[in-house]
Amino acid sequence: MPFPISGSSFQLQNVYIESVATSAGKLEGEGPIGNYFDLVYHDNYLGKDSYELAEIQMIEDALQISLEKAGVIQKEIDLFIGSDLNNQITATNYFSKRLERPMYGIYSACASVGQGIQLGSLLLENEAMERINIFVSSHNACAERQFRYPNEYGIQKPITSTFTATGAVNILLSTEKSKVRVESITLGRVIDMLQTNPNDMGKAMAPSAFDTLKNHLKDLKRKADYYDLIVTGDLSSYGKKIMEVMMEREGIVPKEYNDCGCLLYDSTQPVFQGGSGPTCSGLVTFGYLYQKILQGKYQRILVLPTGALLNPVMTNQKQSIPCISHAFSLEVV
Amino acid sequence: MNKQEYENLAQSVSPKPCRKKNAGYAFLVGGIIGAIGQFFLELYQNIFMINEQDATPYMIVTMVLLACILTGFGIYDKLGSFAGAGSFIPITGFANSMTSSAMEGKSEGIVLGIGANVFKLGGTVITFGIVSSFVVGGIRYAISYFW
Repeated sequence: MPFPISGSSFQLQNVYIESVATSAGKLEGEGPIGNYFDLVYHDNYLGKDSYELAEIQMIEDALQISLEKAGVIQKEIDLFIGSDLNNQITATNYFSKRLERPMYGIYSACASVGQGIQLGSLLLENEAMERINIFVSSHNACAERQFRYPNEYGIQKPITSTFTATGAVNILLSTEKSKVRVESITLGRVIDMLQTNPNDMGKAMAPSAFDTLKNHLKDLKRKADYYDLIVTGDLSSYGKKIMEVMMEREGIVPKEYNDCGCLLYDSTQPVFQGGSGPTCSGLVTFGYLYQKILQGKYQRILVLPTGALLNPVMTNQKQSIPCISHAFSLEVV
Repeated sequence: MNKQEYENLAQSVSPKPCRKKNAGYAFLVGGIIGAIGQFFLELYQNIFMINEQDATPYMIVTMVLLACILTGFGIYDKLGSFAGAGSFIPITGFANSMTSSAMEGKSEGIVLGIGANVFKLGGTVITFGIVSSFVVGGIRYAISYFW
């Protein structure tokens, strides 16, 4: 194995991003980075009978755009890796009925985009495969009804709530050279800080992002200012503040730090602390930041998608929420 | 970092809900809902000449109907998001919990979707309503036995 694991990180040499595509919901399209998405929908149903079917359609659209951009047909892809937030990763599995190639369904809640990239990158790095397609999706209405209350239920949400982003992200990784590559990955471990409030994800997930960040810097012997930007997945305003305090205490000084949940929406939009969900980090990283890398604003960025691996039944049983963060860094070639 | 330290750290930057504003909105909206109920009660009593005992259920049914319609149009949840307990506590809040649950279940069919889901949130209100009325009624009965 040419590039062995150091701690919990790998440095990669030949994993490139061939193309990316994003499809986003109405609210995301109206946000400050709405112009960067390939496709913005104007209703929650997309003309389908249910929200679940709409989510599947969003994945389909993102995949088609991505394949068109790369000029690749489905048969040339060795493996699909997919994830979403629904029980039994519904959207991924039901979408995959349309695929002709092998599929892995994975789940790390909102950190799924990180896990997908890591899994794909390792397979590509070891030259087991040549082209892997990763997709993630989430739909606000599906997530609300599964994790919280019915959509039309008139309840006042706590101020610490976050808003699950609607959309799908498709990332085509390949071993062929392109402009941006996946430079390193750090596998996350489950961190539990005894948080039991399902309406306060930022506070629950911040320690996991911090743990992965610390491991990443230690494993690869880097300083935080090695990266032009360090971005966490969906800690949102409150979690971001906690993360900033923790970094300050440990003496980690990044050049620029931000959170995808804060970048995706405007503070005037009704999203409480900010965005969440696997598409939140996906849309911001591969919709917005990827474009910024291509434009030359950033040379190297570190992305720390964070996931709260909660289950509503266990939450009701007053069990604390396990959290995870799978990091990857992107670099201009 | 241990868990207590983390809790302290997180508390120090925690966002604070604006309780005065929330209470104000709840008071205002709850009061308006109450006033609308009173309007219907007066209407049924004075225009339709129904006595107060019969007019009360008519008023409740009217309010429930209005809440269901507003839920269906996607207005009641927006009202609830800023009014909080003001729109949640009155009977209209109960109607909203049932309608919203039924709407969620619609895609799964009439029997297993709407039928099974309609009391998903409201069921707990009914259960504890009956249990508490049984307990309170029992206490009242026991007291009346000695007095």
